Amino acid sequence: MKVKQLSIFLENRKGRMRKALDVLEKGDVNIRALSIADTSDFGILRLIVPEPDKTKKLLEDNNFIVKIGEVIAVRMQDQPGGLGKILGILDDNDINLEYLYAFVEEKENGAIVLLHPEDIDGGIKALQNGGAEVIPAKDIYGL
Amino acid sequence: MIWNEKAECMSENDKETLQLERLQMAVKRAYESVPYYKKRFDELGVKPEDIKTLKDIEKLPFTTKDDLRDAYPFGMFAVPRKEIVEVHTSSGTTGKPTVSGYTRGDLEIWGEVMARGLCMFGVTDDDIIQNTHGYGLFTGGFGVHYGAQKMGATVIPISTGQTKRQIEIMQDFGTSVMIFTPSYGLYLAEEIEEEGIDTKTIGLKAIGFGAEMWTEEMRQEIQKRFNAPAYNIYGLTEVIGPGVGLECGERDGLHISEDHFYPEIIDSETHDVLPDGEKGELVLTTLTREGTPLIRFRTKDVTKLTRGKCGCGRTLVKMDRVTGRTDDMMKIRGVSVFPSQIEKALLRIDEVEPHYQIIVTRPHLMDEVEVQVEASESLFSDEIKELVGIREKIEDYIHSEIGLRVKVTLVEPKTLPRSEGKAVRVIDKREL
Repeated sequence: MKVKQLSIFLENRKGRMRKALDVLEKGDVNIRALSIADTSDFGILRLIVPEPDKTKKLLEDNNFIVKIGEVIAVRMQDQPGGLGKILGILDDNDINLEYLYAFVEEKENGAIVLLHPEDIDGGIKALQNGGAEVIPAKDIYGL
Repeated sequence: MIWNEKAECMSENDKETLQLERLQMAVKRAYESVPYYKKRFDELGVKPEDIKTLKDIEKLPFTTKDDLRDAYPFGMFAVPRKEIVEVHTSSGTTGKPTVSGYTRGDLEIWGEVMARGLCMFGVTDDDIIQNTHGYGLFTGGFGVHYGAQKMGATVIPISTGQTKRQIEIMQDFGTSVMIFTPSYGLYLAEEIEEEGIDTKTIGLKAIGFGAEMWTEEMRQEIQKRFNAPAYNIYGLTEVIGPGVGLECGERDGLHISEDHFYPEIIDSETHDVLPDGEKGELVLTTLTREGTPLIRFRTKDVTKLTRGKCGCGRTLVKMDRVTGRTDDMMKIRGVSVFPSQIEKALLRIDEVEPHYQIIVTRPHLMDEVEVQVEASESLFSDEIKELVGIREKIEDYIHSEIGLRVKVTLVEPKTLPRSEGKAVRVIDKREL
C-alpha cells in the first residue's frame, strides 16, 4: 500500500528546479504528483513517478541527490470537508503527520491526498480501519 | 635513504660555521651587485662586514614582495642578464608579478634540494613520477622536474588538467609517484572513482603535495583514497620554488635545506625574531642563490621551527606545515580566521565532502561570512528539519573553531568550482 516517493535536494536558486524537470523530460518521465518544501536557501522537491528506482538513477546520473521514501495515497471526495475527514482519522489514532500534498483526479471526479505520517504502517492501519480508501501503489503510478 | 648525508646530517657546529661563511658571502654579493640592497643597507647604516655572527642577520633589512615588485622586471638580478638561464614569476594576481632569475648554479641547487625531498619520500631512480604541477612561469612543475631528473627517476611532465588523460596515463604507464596540489588530488580521486576504477589498483608508492594549504584530515583522506603516504613540499617562487622545505618519513614537519636557505620566525607586527617553537611568519635568506639573492624575505607564511636530530637521522631544522598566511588570514569582525580552521570544522561532520567555499561580505558595516558546503547523499534527508539540523551542526562546529557565527548554506553536489591548480577557498567581497 505504500507509494514510493522521490525526494530531491534543490538549492533555492534560479533555474534549479527547471534543470531537474529537464532531466525528467529527456528521460521521458511523466510526473504523477509533485510538491515542494522550501526554506530560504534550499528546498526538497517531492515527486511521484511511474518508475521510481529508474528515475532515481536517472537523476543521480545528472548529479542530483535523491532519496526514495514512502507515502500513503488516500482517495477522498472532492468536496468541502473531504480532507478534514481523513485527517480526523489520523488525529483520533494519535498519529502525527509530517507533511501532505493533494491533487485532483480527473477521471474519478475525486481527489487524492498523499500523506507522510511519522508512523507509516500505523497510518495505513488506522486509515483502513477508519474507512478511508487507501490506494495501492500501482494504481498511483499508473494514473 | 638520505640523498646527501654530508649536508643533511651535519652537526650543529659544522652547520653554523658553513651558514655564517655563506651568509657573509651572500650579503656581500647582494650589497655589491644589487642597487636595491646597497640603498637599503646604506639607509640603515649597515655594511656587509657587520655580519660577524649568524645573529647579526637581525641587523639587516627585510625584503618584501612589494620591494620585489618595485624592481620588476630585472632589478633584483645580482648577475648580468646574460648569465640568467631561466626566469620564473609569481602569479601576479595582486599586482605586478615578482621575477626570480636562475643561473646554471641556481638550477643545480634547485635540483639538489628537490632531489633530497624525493629521497625523503622514498623515491628512487627506478620510479615513475607523474608531475601534475604546471610547467610554465609557475615554479611548481619545473622544481619537481629538476629534482626528479637529478635523481634519475622517470618524469611524466603532464602538467595540470586533462584529468581523463591523467587517469589513463596513471594506469598505462604504471605511475608510482604522484605530485599534485591537495585539492587537485581530491578532485582526481573523485574522477577516478567515478570511472569505476579502484584507486588501490594503481599501486602508488608515494604522493608529494604542495602549493596550497591543507589540513591533516585532508592528508588522511588523500592517503586513504590512494592507499599511499602523502608528503608535504614547501617552496616559493621568490626563494627558489618547491624544495625549500620537504617532509621525511616521520611526516611531522618539513626539513629546510639550511645549507642553502636560512630561516627565521618573526612576529609579523613587531618584527621581533621569535625563538624556536614559537609560531610566526617565516623569513628566509638565500645563502647560495646567484641570480636573485634574497636577504630576509618575508614569506607571509605562518609556521614554527623545531631543531634537533630527527627520527629519520637528519639534523636539518624542521618547519611545521604552513597553517596560514599572514595575508590569507581573514580578519572577520576583528578576529583572525584561517580557511584551514573552517575546513577543520567541516571535516568533523563525516558526511560532508571537503568541498566548500567561504564568502565574506560586509552588507551593513558588519562582516558576514557564508560558508557554502556541497551536500552529499548521506547527509540529505527528506525532512526539512533534519537538513536544517545538519546545517546548524556545521555552524556550531565552525563557531567553536573560530569563535564567530557564520551562515552555512548547503549547495548541490558538484556546483562549487573544482580547481585544477590552487583552490579558491575564499571570496572576499568586502571593500577593505
